[in-house]
Amino acid sequence: MSVMTKSARPVTVQFDENWTNILERAAGEVFEMMAGTHLPPYPAPPEEPKSELTAMVGLAGALCGMMTIRCSHKTSVKLASLMLGEGAASGPSTARDAIGELCNMVAGNFKAKISTHCMLSVPTVISGESYSLNTAEPTQNATIVLSFEGDPLWITLVVHS
Amino acid sequence: MKKLKVLIVDDSSVMRTIVERALRSAGLELSEVLEATNGAEGLIAAEKGGLDLILSDINMPVMDGLEFLRNLRTIAAAKGVPVVMISTEGSEAHVVEALSLGARGYLRKPFTPEQLKERVMALLGVLQ
Repeated sequence: MSVMTKSARPVTVQFDENWTNILERAAGEVFEMMAGTHLPPYPAPPEEPKSELTAMVGLAGALCGMMTIRCSHKTSVKLASLMLGEGAASGPSTARDAIGELCNMVAGNFKAKISTHCMLSVPTVISGESYSLNTAEPTQNATIVLSFEGDPLWITLVVHS
Repeated sequence: MKKLKVLIVDDSSVMRTIVERALRSAGLELSEVLEATNGAEGLIAAEKGGLDLILSDINMPVMDGLEFLRNLRTIAAAKGVPVVMISTEGSEAHVVEALSLGARGYLRKPFTPEQLKERVMALLGVLQ
């Protein structure tokens, strides 16, 4: 026999149009605190992201989906240098690690701001542009494009609806 | 204050470096910094003994930070060593669980070096 109680009902957070603003605040805090830099919105961003690196962190639970950060290798190396100091961010693996950790923190900070309970995966970083990301479930997205030294950096929250 | 032997457990080398730099910039003198990329490696380092402070992430492959804390309690050589958890997971449930498993402090990422300094100094001040 199964017994359903009120507290046992699954709780799913619905996509909110205001999440774009919250994502912008969450990302802004992460870049300022961890890299000491302010990333303003990118003026007139292209519709399709063109990036060499994609960092991904999965979300599961009340909020189910994925957070991604996409940027160029150059941007990732410079961000790693800001986080670690010149010279400390020597190799491409450090730059990938840095962008993955930034994605992890943006996801965690966003989650904290909307006060929802979900689990975060460890970050994954893909190098290259020739791939497509598909999910079995319908999704809704919140995307912001920030400017780092003139180059765009895309942050996208994909939520299963 | 004596020089500290510290263990930093995090799967990100960038975060391990940031944490070590924050400790040094806080004015702490470190005699040795051990690094582990997951909880299982952290336990092996803790078994060797002599640690003064452990800082650990939660979301890690192989063994996460909460499981690390759970197992750390069974290691005699790590008895009484203060542990500060540093994680993107900042929910009340995570904090309560970490503290109930023996963590002495909790810091949510992102953090500033000053915030890490405050946590660690308060902890070490209490221990003096």
